[in-house]
Amino acid sequence: MKQIQLKKVSKNFGATEVIPPLDLDIEDGEFVVFVGPSGCGKSTLLRLIAGLEDVTSGQILINGKDATEMPPASRGLAMVFQSYALYPHMSVRKNIAFPLRMIGMSKDEQAKRVDEAAKVLNLTEYLDRRPGQLSGGQRQRVAIGRAIVREPTAFLFDEPLSNLDAALRVGMRLEISELHKRLDTTMIYVTHDQVEAMTMADKIVVLQSGVIEQVGTPLDLYHNPRNTFVAGFIGSPKMNLLTGKEAEKHGAHTIGIRPEHLTISTKKGGWEGTVGVSEHLGSDTFIHVDCKAFDETLTVRASGEMDLSYGSTVYLTPDASNLHKFDENGMRMS
Amino acid sequence: MARAVTPRRKAINTIIAWLVGLLIFFPILWIVVLSLKTEGDAIKTPLEVLTSVWTLESYAVVQDRSDYFKHFSNSVIIALGSTLLGIVVAVPAAWSMAFVPSRRTRGILMWMLSTKMLPAVGVLYPIYLLFIELGILDSRIGLVVVLMLINLPIIVWMLYTYFKEIPGEILEAARMDGANLKAELIYVLTPMAIPGIASTILLNVILAWNEAFWTLNLTAAKAAPLTAFIASYSSPEGLFYAKLSAASVMAITPILIMGWFSQKQLVRGLTFGAVK
Repeated sequence: MKQIQLKKVSKNFGATEVIPPLDLDIEDGEFVVFVGPSGCGKSTLLRLIAGLEDVTSGQILINGKDATEMPPASRGLAMVFQSYALYPHMSVRKNIAFPLRMIGMSKDEQAKRVDEAAKVLNLTEYLDRRPGQLSGGQRQRVAIGRAIVREPTAFLFDEPLSNLDAALRVGMRLEISELHKRLDTTMIYVTHDQVEAMTMADKIVVLQSGVIEQVGTPLDLYHNPRNTFVAGFIGSPKMNLLTGKEAEKHGAHTIGIRPEHLTISTKKGGWEGTVGVSEHLGSDTFIHVDCKAFDETLTVRASGEMDLSYGSTVYLTPDASNLHKFDENGMRMS
Repeated sequence: MARAVTPRRKAINTIIAWLVGLLIFFPILWIVVLSLKTEGDAIKTPLEVLTSVWTLESYAVVQDRSDYFKHFSNSVIIALGSTLLGIVVAVPAAWSMAFVPSRRTRGILMWMLSTKMLPAVGVLYPIYLLFIELGILDSRIGLVVVLMLINLPIIVWMLYTYFKEIPGEILEAARMDGANLKAELIYVLTPMAIPGIASTILLNVILAWNEAFWTLNLTAAKAAPLTAFIASYSSPEGLFYAKLSAASVMAITPILIMGWFSQKQLVRGLTFGAVK
């Protein structure tokens, strides 16, 4: 069932068009991630759905009802902000209970729901503290708690993990995915981090300059990027995008090959090159190679044991079945 | 590298800090000393002043000669009245400038501040004439209005800075959580703005209490606050040092006590925005 539908939704700030008219369907229970570089309009799109910004034109349907003109509170959505946006003068308990208090729920029912949410999020012992006395991760959990007590139609997350340190981010990422599995509620999640997008999403929406470049499952985007932007954006390290004679040999303007689809050899292979910097991650080694055939430096993913000295000669061979071809407009050639 | 704090350096710093503190406080201390002397002793050399007899005579004379409590109540009414009126006018103004700024907000704020750069005496004549015209010369309501207008730019600026510090996302979160404008104001904005409003009130009460130019020029007897009470003991010959000092001590004591108990809020108010 289509739960949230955007129909020709557009947004202008003054004379600047931030989001040209776009269509998007979000299914019930889906985990959708909006991903794109900063300034691509992903947060604006989320805020349009939330009702924190007015659409310039178009229609937003929630559960089949026209929500375009509805105030944020009536849309039945809950939002988790990047800055947590907790009420600093209220205890954790009051923070979580706030949305329930706003709908006039009885005190007993409020307390019950808050206790449940606190248990789920491991916040029980912090209920009487103020947000200022909590760590970043705990604050984020309070913000999530405040969102789940309302049992909303959908959760909106606006870069919720970008204020956390790397280790905590991985942990919270798992917790949010876990929460999604348990609650089975639609979640829309905005991030600029393609790793978060790949690991969490059922469906990824890649945005650039307010335009949807591609919508699909993580693996779909990984294997069949629709254009060079998506090809370069999804996957880490980035796909090697190469132009010139070699590309023309394959009948394309640009060819794309992921670092993991290149084999490296010191003896023989397709493209001769010299080794630049090697990045050792333990499990893998990323080797940057300058090939004579291309202007661009290629990145190769090799095994963790691979140790090549700077400046030595190597040969790269692409896996033909994983070679992506793009035309002069950057669009995928089937 | 952090600077090493040796005990010796610490001792020197402490002594310097005390000296500077004493230097700043000295005039007030000396006023207190003089107020406890007879008129004759008060004009002697400092050493003689300190060694002469201590007496409360000047306080008795001052209290006898003028009605302290009338001036005191005038000061309270004028200071509190102008501040509260200013808050009522400034809160919506600062609110809209902080939360729904337009292209001209910055300009308006600068223009408001620029009025504080004009010498007050430049508008004394027109205001004096207006006061005569309106029949509010030497009235408390006239002073309340004038001091409110004089301090309004500062009140608006202070409140604006405080409101600016309230993150917009928190208000958006409240909106998402189902708060309408009224609930947002009562449960979220006001509690968060109260410390800021409190320090603004405190600082402006002090400013209005100490304001001497307008209070001296626009009052005679009926509405005269404590500033006029002090001034009435100053004479060109300067022969009433002890009584002048006694009057000053009586005038500044209430505000000093208030300042003492609210120093935390005051310091926050004065340095707000300077350090995070």
